[in-house]
Amino acid sequence: MQISLPALLSQLLLGLVNGSFYAILSLGLAVIFGLLNVINFAHGALFMLGAVLTWMAMNYFDVNYWVMLAVAPVIVGLFGIVIERLLLRWIYKLDHLYGLLLTLGLTLLIEGVFRSIYGVSGLAYDTPDALASATDLGFMILPNYRAWVVVASLVVCFATWFVIEKTRLGAYLRAGTENPRLVEAFGVNVPLMITLTYGFGVALAAFAGVLAAPVIQVSPLMGQNLIIVVFAVVVIGGMGSIMGAILTGLGLGVIEGLTKVFYPEASSTVVFVIMVIVLLIRPAGLFGKEK
Amino acid sequence: MKKTIALSAVSLAIAFATGAVQAQEKVKIGFITDMSSLYADVEGKGGATAIQMAIDDFGGKVNGLPIELVTADHQNKADIAASKAREWIDTDNLTMLFGGTNSGTGLAMAKVAQEKKRVFMVNGAGASALTNEQCSPYTVHYAYDTVALAKGTGGAVVAQGGKNWFFLTADYAFGAALEADTAKVVKEKGGTVVGSVKHPLNASDFSSFLLQAQNSKAQILGLANAGGDTINAIKAAKEFGINKSMKLAGLLVFITDIHSLGLKNTEGLLLTTSWDWNLNQETRAFGKKFFDKTKRMPTDIQAADYSATTTYLKAVQAAKSTDADKVMAELKKMPINDFYAKGVIRPDGRMVHDMYLMQVKSPSESTQPWDYYKMVAKLPGDEVFTTKAESKCALWK
Repeated sequence: MQISLPALLSQLLLGLVNGSFYAILSLGLAVIFGLLNVINFAHGALFMLGAVLTWMAMNYFDVNYWVMLAVAPVIVGLFGIVIERLLLRWIYKLDHLYGLLLTLGLTLLIEGVFRSIYGVSGLAYDTPDALASATDLGFMILPNYRAWVVVASLVVCFATWFVIEKTRLGAYLRAGTENPRLVEAFGVNVPLMITLTYGFGVALAAFAGVLAAPVIQVSPLMGQNLIIVVFAVVVIGGMGSIMGAILTGLGLGVIEGLTKVFYPEASSTVVFVIMVIVLLIRPAGLFGKEK
Repeated sequence: MKKTIALSAVSLAIAFATGAVQAQEKVKIGFITDMSSLYADVEGKGGATAIQMAIDDFGGKVNGLPIELVTADHQNKADIAASKAREWIDTDNLTMLFGGTNSGTGLAMAKVAQEKKRVFMVNGAGASALTNEQCSPYTVHYAYDTVALAKGTGGAVVAQGGKNWFFLTADYAFGAALEADTAKVVKEKGGTVVGSVKHPLNASDFSSFLLQAQNSKAQILGLANAGGDTINAIKAAKEFGINKSMKLAGLLVFITDIHSLGLKNTEGLLLTTSWDWNLNQETRAFGKKFFDKTKRMPTDIQAADYSATTTYLKAVQAAKSTDADKVMAELKKMPINDFYAKGVIRPDGRMVHDMYLMQVKSPSESTQPWDYYKMVAKLPGDEVFTTKAESKCALWK
């Protein structure tokens, strides 16, 4: 099979675009798992919620994309805080399985509501005017919007990493993960920290949802299609590892992109094949620590 | 003690006896389709609504027996479809199996229906194999198939000068059938196929596949997929400007897809359909009735669901029985003439009727919501479906 260099470069770039979505979603999951020990299955539904809110704002209230890029994560974040206060906090002491079941139930509920309102074919959301044109890179025509997706998600990912790994607030968070009782003894309000962390994690999902709205059809199923892959990304990267989630997300996006060229039939399974191999060789994931 | 055992044996015997009598107490239709995933808008719950409407309009009874509809979601998995069908036939005494979207599930259910001797009607699934290589004496393929789509849209595009094709194909039974049938038409008419790429069912990102298509330098991009996959492919093609260098041919496009993408994104697209709500007075009447119940206009599949149900019930009435062999005999000899189509069911199980080559209107041409199609040509049924010379079905020799 003959693949020219320009074709290969363009596929690598497209892989990076998809990888950006994986990175930002798996980052949220990793943050939540790190502090709450909850496998947040509702992540895909909240990603969808971000996109649907963006569509609703445009169609019912004429609120544009840029406003929603800030507002949608806040709304979904607040929704997340309500979920955490009302439901999740009762199950921290129980096995992981209960968190998984609870959040899966939430997913079915949220998706079901929007499916019955909007159906599954989805809603069209136009690319914002400022980014609607495309740039000729020589080896490919790249829509400006896709370039924006990569830039925006990388900035958000690394800002998150910086806050968690390099600041005082981040130090509290990490300490809370290790030993919540001891941190609480030092006068830090751990339950509040947990609530806000969950809100922030799901806000990240909503941010990715807003980014995705112009790229894929806004549909109740959009999160479902992505979330399974994102879970595999988190497992490969190592549960709870921030940088691991970001790098694995980007890397797997690229690998998946290349698979689409060399053996497209396997493009939906390649991530899981890698997951199996990684679990066999490094059960804690590429960047995870053995506990 | 002995008395109790004897007594329970008797009651058991009675239970068995009444079980056998129960067989003729109901006409039971089992409808299995995609109710929740990418094809749910094409047929889904709306299909169940259409079938129930047909049952109600028939009076809810046939030969004095009440008609009951049961439904299930196969989640696009052939094994779920087959085992649900088997369960209903074995334990609930199903009289007719109604197959929905997704050809993988359709082919699996056809096998179960043949083995268990039950009438199997199918609208949503498109694979032409249902009445060709894998034809069965119990299958009725009612609405459309991949051969008709290929001859309709494929033939029209080649005739307009689109001779050089690249296929974007959903990687399962239906996509493969649609690509193969269309490639055959393209080649017969003097065109060439330069390549194809297979994408997984329910893929969300099509950009990579589309760039491969663009690099092929073909004139025509044939979309051998359906539902959500077609929608996302058309959307991405527009984003990457591929609709400027290549012409898109949607080989299976539904009115719900157009509704979702908007006329601005789909204007000028050629497609083949078995029916549209805006054809005449009768179709508009059904469209309105359906819209009042579901807040959406029916797809051609949903209209076919209504028509096929009525046809089946008429055959049961004529046969004075729910016995599959007797009903099939009636089905294959009765003419069908309603708001959906005029046609007959051939010995291979194919319901033959005219299809329509449509073009999507521009936003200015559309006068009301859901007014999306203008008719380019009426495609005569005996030309657009598999012909006797082409057929490999042993029942039609």
